[in-house]
Amino acid sequence: MTALSVPALSETAMALCILCILLVPFAGAGLSFVNTGLGRSRSAAHSMLASLCVMAVAALVYVICGFAWQGFIGRPAHVFTVAGKEWNWIAAEPLFLRGLPLDGSPASLAAWLQMLSVGLAALIPLGAGADRWRLRACCLSTALLAGLTYPLFAHWVWGGGWLAQLGVNYGLGRGFVDAGGASSIQVVGGLTALAISWILGPRRGKYSLEGMPAAIPGHNAVLVLFACLLALLGWLGLNCAGAMLFTGAEPGRTVLIAVNTTLAAASSALMAAVITGVRFGKPDASLSANGWIGGLVASSAACAFITPTAAIVIGLVAGTLVIFAVEWFELRMAVDDPGGAISVHGVAGIWGILALGFFAHFPSRVLNVVSGPSSWSGSSDSNQWVAQLVGVATLLGFVLPLTYCLNWLLNRFYPQRVPAEGERQGMDLYELGAGAYPEFATYTDDFTQR
Amino acid sequence: MKLAGFLLLPAGWGIVLSAVVLLASALPRGCFILAGMGVEVMGLILVVRSHLLLRGERG
Repeated sequence: MTALSVPALSETAMALCILCILLVPFAGAGLSFVNTGLGRSRSAAHSMLASLCVMAVAALVYVICGFAWQGFIGRPAHVFTVAGKEWNWIAAEPLFLRGLPLDGSPASLAAWLQMLSVGLAALIPLGAGADRWRLRACCLSTALLAGLTYPLFAHWVWGGGWLAQLGVNYGLGRGFVDAGGASSIQVVGGLTALAISWILGPRRGKYSLEGMPAAIPGHNAVLVLFACLLALLGWLGLNCAGAMLFTGAEPGRTVLIAVNTTLAAASSALMAAVITGVRFGKPDASLSANGWIGGLVASSAACAFITPTAAIVIGLVAGTLVIFAVEWFELRMAVDDPGGAISVHGVAGIWGILALGFFAHFPSRVLNVVSGPSSWSGSSDSNQWVAQLVGVATLLGFVLPLTYCLNWLLNRFYPQRVPAEGERQGMDLYELGAGAYPEFATYTDDFTQR
Repeated sequence: MKLAGFLLLPAGWGIVLSAVVLLASALPRGCFILAGMGVEVMGLILVVRSHLLLRGERG
């Protein structure tokens, strides 16, 4: 069994892959609308502009230096040897995508997909920092994410890095597997959202002196619910393209991926609606929407390797986790996360990663930097959960401290939180000079200091 | 307390990596990986508590 380069895509696979990547921006639109709808009306324009800016910064920084650290399977990388085993830890590509022919090869398609994916990861912290995160600080923080945190971890997972090689080197199943980005996009974004929440602190008036949280409902439930449908479209593209490029899934498998992605989102949203209905008497729209997105997130890792029944189970658990995690972060941890980003992307993402270890059945050919000739002579897939656990440990033990330190340092040089006056006026007026809904009536309590 | 928490996170990760590299049989390797995860959870608890204390001091 050897580590190797990815085989070239057939013309059908390349066309399908391009089509799927074209769908990915819908996921960005969905997340932007969710973040905006769950924030206050006086910060709506700021939220949408911030979404656009972070996607732009993420794409630019990724092309300038991100891909140079991330690379792709079989391309140049820095390797060191530990106890006779090679550890591939960072790519060695030139900056500005030099040396990468943009010709439809798997590496070029991966670079294009990653330009969009890193934007998705950067949108996630916006939900946690809503109503108080300055626009320039969002962009600077995104530059750190797209230029350092994201490419490094994504290389380990998708670039033939040491996590992907856990199967080849140490017999841990097929190595760490994540087809659609539950770890490298969602959990990395979710942990960055947690760091941002801690650094910014809660919105003014969110917690009383006794520590009791006040409800600050989102301003547009319709936008949030519509965003769920947009996100589904984007996730279908993301999961299918990721599975084809990074795990070698054949084009016919996209049907299974699409069915599993939809089922996970559906079961998760229904579970969230049922739980909130039982607990509060009526289903909660915003939490049900969070459940839908949480199901999409949880489906990402394993969508290509599970049965539809397993996808439903993954969705049901994700919906349950999201609801209780939102409450736990707000009540017990005093983390003010208006968009529920930490629970939806962080917690559901970790569940999705672990679920792959429990439910996945891999086809004989495949995957993940590894070529078994005809028969798989390595470890059995029963060790897959250990590889997934090592991936989760890496996210908590490396990515979270790294992203916290980077944002803490940034905050020392450029305070990320808007002054109290900005929060009172709203981010639209304070940072942009005009509101999103100028013809709307303004209620006095909008300007009351909480 | 926050610094200790943030130091425990990579320390737990180090235990996990050491277990992967140094231990060959499944049971001890799994146990040490779980132990490393436990250290990470302790680190997370410390970080959370430090943030709660800071918030309480600021009112």
